[in-house]
Amino acid sequence: MDWGSILSNTASWLISPETIAYALAALGLAVHFGYGGLLNFGMAAFMALGAYGYAISILTFGLPWWAGIIVGCLASVVFALILGIPTLRLRADYLAITTIAAAEIVRLLFTTQVFDSVTNSADGLGNYHAGFRAANPFPEGTYGFGPWTYNENGWWVRIFGICLLAVAALLVWLLMRSPWGRVLKGIREDEDAVRALGKNVFAYKMQALMVGGVFGALGGVVFALPSAVVPSVYVTSLTFFIWTILLLGGAATVFGPLLGAVIFWVIMGFLSNVLPALASSGFLPFMSTTQAATLRYILVGLALMLIVIFRPQGILGNKKELTFVK
Amino acid sequence: MSSSNAAPLKPVKSTGLHIGDAAPGVAKVDPIIIADNVTRQFGGLKAVDVEHLEIPRNAITALIGPNGAGKTTLFNLLTGFDKPDTGTWVFDGKQLNGVPAFKVARMGQVRTFQLTKALGLLTVLENMKLGSQKQKGEGIFASLIKPLWNKQEEEIEERALDILARFKLDTKKDDFAASLSGGQRKLLEMARALMSQPKLVMLDEPMAGVNPALTQSLLEHILDLKVQGMSVLFVEHDMQMVRHIADWVVVMAEGRVVAEGPPEDVMQNPAVIDAYLGSHQDVDLGVVTGRIAGEITSEVEDLLEEIDAETGVEHEIEQPPVVAPEKDEDSK
Repeated sequence: MDWGSILSNTASWLISPETIAYALAALGLAVHFGYGGLLNFGMAAFMALGAYGYAISILTFGLPWWAGIIVGCLASVVFALILGIPTLRLRADYLAITTIAAAEIVRLLFTTQVFDSVTNSADGLGNYHAGFRAANPFPEGTYGFGPWTYNENGWWVRIFGICLLAVAALLVWLLMRSPWGRVLKGIREDEDAVRALGKNVFAYKMQALMVGGVFGALGGVVFALPSAVVPSVYVTSLTFFIWTILLLGGAATVFGPLLGAVIFWVIMGFLSNVLPALASSGFLPFMSTTQAATLRYILVGLALMLIVIFRPQGILGNKKELTFVK
Repeated sequence: MSSSNAAPLKPVKSTGLHIGDAAPGVAKVDPIIIADNVTRQFGGLKAVDVEHLEIPRNAITALIGPNGAGKTTLFNLLTGFDKPDTGTWVFDGKQLNGVPAFKVARMGQVRTFQLTKALGLLTVLENMKLGSQKQKGEGIFASLIKPLWNKQEEEIEERALDILARFKLDTKKDDFAASLSGGQRKLLEMARALMSQPKLVMLDEPMAGVNPALTQSLLEHILDLKVQGMSVLFVEHDMQMVRHIADWVVVMAEGRVVAEGPPEDVMQNPAVIDAYLGSHQDVDLGVVTGRIAGEITSEVEDLLEEIDAETGVEHEIEQPPVVAPEKDEDSK
């Protein structure tokens, strides 16, 4: 077994675009669930709307890359409105059921042949990078050290993503220390009590759904920036990876989603390297290398269960302030 | 809780609230709520069917009645938490039917809940601050810029601490509300309602599950609301308390208002005694069933005769039936 390459591959996940994208989406989910108590099981759809909004704006409408990002965010705001108007007046469970179904609808709309000319159906979209790369301030070349050696485009995506993440985290922190955040946390606890105090609960929940949705869309954009937009990425399991990250880090925290995303991807990266290596060296009998690589998803499921049972507040959370099961 | 040495407030009863005879639906001199034809049906059950009801201003009104009389449902309707099938009502000169609950609260009519709704994972102080109205920092964009709401926040905090001190919760201000006892949560809920500077405070069973020592301080707080110029409407089962602090009593049974009047008069009203207290409220049922040794008064004999007449079973007072306890054990 080549431990050097395993560890190097693992370390590169620390600042991969995937990690940043998942952290952004998990931050959005923290606004939804951790602070607002909204059970959103459709984060994949918000991410898909961000990614497709970005790609389609550039490829079909010829917009500049930054306008593509704005379009992606607007699409997620509209989606939040469509989801929220019928469901936010109802109990939290209804939102959960609706979002999980709506996310599948969105994915299937992007997959279907009907809009092939725009979405390229199941094959997805690519080759929209010119504008973003033209805006790259880094001169051509290879930078970095050890496992973190990338070319100018690799760095541009990562640094842009980290900046977005920093702004998003700052926004969440500012919102949650304010009276607005106080109302939102009150709604998480008991919306009838907050209603009885003269707050427009519906409007607050809608705003929270939109803010979190925009972070999800930005996550989708960062996910799409270095590579391509493929509909099969935005499946329900993506949503549950985001949930795992959120609960791992701590649902009602600003830095929990960031820490959760890093830990999640580093462990996933480690397992995806080490498990096939173990299988090929015969440490995992009855298993081919491909099967061993899939084993990590089983371990993620197991980890999610263990977190919810033994540390419901996550790594950074305050046990008194938020537990997963009330 | 009991650190107050002040003598209990002597309740000053407001009188002369009504015009004409104290009958169900009587007009008030200065009503704060006027409700007409309010009905709410749950399936085949008419939970609330109030033809006309006026709640007097700057007075403490008790809403009493047996379980299932529709008191809480009426509360929910008046505060916009439930929608009536028919009916209109006016609060402080403003039409209120069809107005959503949060707007009702903004107009100055706040309520508490029968099952206390303290926001458990917010601190006591945060709970209080949430009650304040018209906060600039509650707008999503303004909330991002602290200088816009910082000053108001400080004022709110000052007011919250002031009210908390009155309710003797100031030492708990940084604790999560979930860590308070049941009675303290009731106090917190009432204190939080006061943060909105209401005109009418509606308390749904403020005394339920509160220990006697705390009851006294709760009573004083309710009386204090009137002193401060607020009107109070409360649902309560404790007759002693109703007698003690209410200026006006409205009795509901099976969704209707069956009697109204000052507490002393209402308690004498046969319709009320029948509907609410039962017709033998002075009789110790333990004596009747024979589980407790006691004087067999003429009332007990009357009741036994009545029971015998209804069930057709002969009872010997000296040898009470012992069926009930045995049955109890069987069922376990």
